[in-house]
Amino acid sequence: MSAPDTGDRPPGAAADTSSQSGLAAALTPVLTVAASLLGLCLLWGLAAHAWPSRAFPGPAQVWQVLLAEAANGDLFYHLGATLGRVAAAYVVAMVVGSVIGVLLGSHRSADRFFAPWVVLFLNIPALVVIVLAYIWFGLNEAAAIGAVAVNKIPNVVVTMREGARALDPSYAEMAAVYRFGLLDRIRHVLLPQLQPYLAAASRSGIALIWKIVLVVELLGRSNGVGFQIYLYFQLFDVTAILAYTLAFVAVMLVIELFLVQPVERYATRWRRRPA
Amino acid sequence: MQPVGAVVPLRVDIAEKTFRSAQGVSITALQDLSFEVRQGEFACLLGPSGCGKTTTLRILLGLDKDFSGSFQLPEGGSDRIAAVFQEPVLLPWRTVEQNVRLALPKNLRTKNLDGLFDTLGLAGMRALYPAELSLGLARRAALARAFATEPAVLFLDEPFASLDERTAERLRHLLLTVWSARPTTALMVTHNLREALMLSDRIIVLAQRPAHVLGMFDVRLPRHYRNPQVMSDLLRSFQQKFPGVA
Ligand SMILES: Nc1ncnc2c1ncn2[C@@H]1O[C@H](COP(=O)(O)OP(=O)(O)OP(=O)(O)O)[C@@H](O)[C@H]1O
Ligand SMILES: [Mg+2]
Repeated sequence: MSAPDTGDRPPGAAADTSSQSGLAAALTPVLTVAASLLGLCLLWGLAAHAWPSRAFPGPAQVWQVLLAEAANGDLFYHLGATLGRVAAAYVVAMVVGSVIGVLLGSHRSADRFFAPWVVLFLNIPALVVIVLAYIWFGLNEAAAIGAVAVNKIPNVVVTMREGARALDPSYAEMAAVYRFGLLDRIRHVLLPQLQPYLAAASRSGIALIWKIVLVVELLGRSNGVGFQIYLYFQLFDVTAILAYTLAFVAVMLVIELFLVQPVERYATRWRRRPA
Repeated sequence: MQPVGAVVPLRVDIAEKTFRSAQGVSITALQDLSFEVRQGEFACLLGPSGCGKTTTLRILLGLDKDFSGSFQLPEGGSDRIAAVFQEPVLLPWRTVEQNVRLALPKNLRTKNLDGLFDTLGLAGMRALYPAELSLGLARRAALARAFATEPAVLFLDEPFASLDERTAERLRHLLLTVWSARPTTALMVTHNLREALMLSDRIIVLAQRPAHVLGMFDVRLPRHYRNPQVMSDLLRSFQQKFPGVA
């Protein structure tokens, strides 16, 4: 007897990660990443050594500043402020974008009417949205987070609309015959089918959002990594700018490795099959 | 037609069902289709491929409301309906047991399903995901889901299609075992005459598209008398009554 196929994998679906035999096999990718990053640092150090300049500090100097900023608490305060904004904008963008996307994907006439709006919003520059949000709603937290979310929502809409179009009607019909409640339908029928699309939107979302958050902070907030970078730009302190940038990239990497990937592995556990 | 006051659990009276294809061609799938299935009876809809059997079931399941005519589902007791589709349609991201329990009404969610799973030979498979099942096992899980809901009426759409004959035969016996434990008004679609003769109390024979009833064939014999000898007699008398069918 042969097992039936699980069907096509939509874009963004995580690959199976079933072979974890032995510690060495598990460590190899980690070591590769470490060696690769070390190589980059080395190259950077050599370059900085070859062209010594205040505008191009080496990794050791950046590390010194990073430690100092961490010791006096500034680093964590500003990182925290930025992370909070990233998280808030992410949640708002994913929820609003998913709801709109699924509605458009499942109602053909609504989609035809609103499709030009989506294209329009996709093409409004982030800077314009941010400036307008600050002018209309004032230099406050809600305007900042809202502006970031609005920049991301059209992307989420497009991805989730694709996901809704790919929904298998036979599951919805089964749920109708067996009278699933609304919550069960969302939780057990809709969301699992949309999961690869949610993952894809999340991935591109976090990357885009944290970059826009820095601009929002630069233009109208008095804390956060973006504000600090602006401050050190005026002081022409490249070392501090790089220190903050590196710290933030590191945090996002940790989130990706220890939050995003495990959640994804859990959500796709049913795809795994015994060898 | 029916004497007043008679209990008619499932009454179907579809005047017409027409599909319009994307190119604007219209296909009349059903025309003047009317029949009845009595309380606790197992009926089979027998008809050639593409004649409109699935279409009929989809209308009765409430999945297709674009037709003219009417139908009446059984009343009394549970008002739930259950279906075994042409494909198993199990949620791939839920285990076998979760798939069955999700179909149950809230007050039955925690009910004991050991007996049902044992009968269907699924006792060791409750924690598996559908991708880990063979097609035969997946179809058993679909049967388990349908029977677990204790429906007032059960619809089956070629539940044994695309299985090898031995597996299909085992599943037919399993179906009879669970059905006999609680005889539910059932309507099963098939184009396998032998299967219909083995399982049903009455066979509703459909014509080519547009589907309408050619006639009825009652199998009054209790199922445990239907041995190979009797089956070939039944087959012969069916073919006398409906020459050219199957
Ligand atoms: N969504 C649809 N759009 C257009 N035509 C359809 C649609 N669904 C079914 N039909 C047509 O209606 C007719 C009956 O289809 P149906 O699926 O009910 O057949 P069936 O008796 O179940 O066949 P089978 O035994 O092969 O499953 C077919 O000719 C089919 O082409
Ligand atoms: Mg069919």
